[in-house]
Amino acid sequence: MIFRNLIKNIPALLAAVVLVLLTLAASVGPLLVKRDILPNPLSMDLDSLKQPPGAAHLFGTDNKGRDILSRVVYGARISLSVGIIASAISLGIGVFLGLIAGYFGGLVDVVLSQIFDIFLAFPSLLLAIGISAVMPPGLTSAMLAITLVGWAGFARLVRGMTLTLKEQTYVEASKALGASSSRILCRHILPNALPLIFVAGSLRVGGFILIEASLSFLGLGVQPPTPTWGSMISLNRSYINVAPWMILFPGLAISITVIAFNVLGDFLRDKLDPRMRA
Amino acid sequence: MWFYILKRFLFSVPTFFGITLITFILMQALPGDPVQGMAGERASPETIARIRAELGQERPLPIQYVGYLKLLLHGEMGRSYYTNRKVSDDLLQKFPNTLKLGVAAMLFASLFGISMGVFAAIKRGTVWDRLVALISVGGISIPIFWLGLALMLVFSLYLRWLPPSGMGNGSLIYLILPAATLGTFSLSYIVRVTRASMLETLSQPYIAAARSRGLSEFAVVFRHALKNSLIPVVTLIGLDLGSYLNGAVLTETVFGWDGLGRYALDGIIKRDYPIIMGVVLFGAVIFVVMNLIVDISYHFLDPRVNIRK
Repeated sequence: MIFRNLIKNIPALLAAVVLVLLTLAASVGPLLVKRDILPNPLSMDLDSLKQPPGAAHLFGTDNKGRDILSRVVYGARISLSVGIIASAISLGIGVFLGLIAGYFGGLVDVVLSQIFDIFLAFPSLLLAIGISAVMPPGLTSAMLAITLVGWAGFARLVRGMTLTLKEQTYVEASKALGASSSRILCRHILPNALPLIFVAGSLRVGGFILIEASLSFLGLGVQPPTPTWGSMISLNRSYINVAPWMILFPGLAISITVIAFNVLGDFLRDKLDPRMRA
Repeated sequence: MWFYILKRFLFSVPTFFGITLITFILMQALPGDPVQGMAGERASPETIARIRAELGQERPLPIQYVGYLKLLLHGEMGRSYYTNRKVSDDLLQKFPNTLKLGVAAMLFASLFGISMGVFAAIKRGTVWDRLVALISVGGISIPIFWLGLALMLVFSLYLRWLPPSGMGNGSLIYLILPAATLGTFSLSYIVRVTRASMLETLSQPYIAAARSRGLSEFAVVFRHALKNSLIPVVTLIGLDLGSYLNGAVLTETVFGWDGLGRYALDGIIKRDYPIIMGVVLFGAVIFVVMNLIVDISYHFLDPRVNIRK
């Protein structure tokens, strides 16, 4: 049903196509480099520094003569994996703690909710900066920072849903039949909350990719020479006037990816959750 | 009313403890000795002794945390490794600049956000409506640092209308690009909420009544509908303060704006930990305090909000 709706909704369909193509490019990128179809993103070519976009280099080259197209493709690997993995982990933590807080209530709820609120009290990028600054910068620290920033929002959402769902008659019936708490949570509450959880997750992937790009831009993400979209922009900033393509393409890549995730997230929300419709 | 304010105030106390606990844990995770980490490498022996008295590693962790709170209460947030200046002094000196940028960004976001939202609502279903929707999706998706660089490239380097960076002794022309960059994210949400709220108000019976009385469309939209659709928008503007603090780090970095954000970046580049921790802590406290103020002010502004709840 969702698939049939997707075909009718042109922006959402476009977004899905973009994401599929991007994932495809990110996964076959290394293969293309091995076959010499795409230049190695790390190999410097001192004869073609700061080349504008052209036949030899579709997106041009940077100040070390590296091919920007292949660096953008490799950057997609990091952005997509950080965005998706961080969403998945923070969703996992958020769902687990949100279910517990909402279902058991009482003191457990008070304590857990207070913890959610504390994490939500930080402006997200500042907290991520604090976390990634104390660790050696890299993929792990960026992912950990984004996860720690993101889980509390999911937890609060799931707690709210659990509060409503646990009052439903089927939960009462199951309780009357002597079902254990864990059975009620896993068999009744979680499956009913799942579509909304999925929507919330898909709406946040874009935001997480933006945080990863921001951390990379500030020098706190995956370190050079490994290309990331954020670091490509920050490292080439000083050439903005002479060679704007060096920052144009990585920036376009981030924007298009995040727009695609947001459009698709909005679409899923409209389809899966009539209550959240704006 | 006072009871509500007091209650709301007390509820934020655990949050303050939580924030300091998190920065305390982050400090423990720093490489090396936390005392040295806070005092800086060029600190005087007295400073080190005073900090060690509170944070000494021979003491159990909870006691160290209490010691950390004591230091913070005395405004002791450590000193920069490089300049040896007190972080607390620097923070207070840079904050007004960030505040100025933030206020300008908020004005930009509110002014253009509300106008575009109203426009989209009036032109519902047309190409204009779609264009505004596109801008609002773009605004939350485009990375703020890239947007800043793009605006700088077009308006400063190509067209030469506006200065590319710096603060220009407070001249307003230097504020335009950074404020537009910082405000765009918030603008996008304001557009969405204004449009939705306007559409809802326009479908109310009293709007139909106003129209049937023969009032001009202008009067209907601006005098009757807009006024009544603004409450959720004002709420959103207040609650969106966090996005300004987040965005300030990136915007100030791009435009060389001498505020908290660029201060944080300096700290990051030099691995000057007292500065990073100082900005994180200060930013979170500002955020919580501002939310508190916004919350309380609603109860003054909107009599319908039940203060006894």
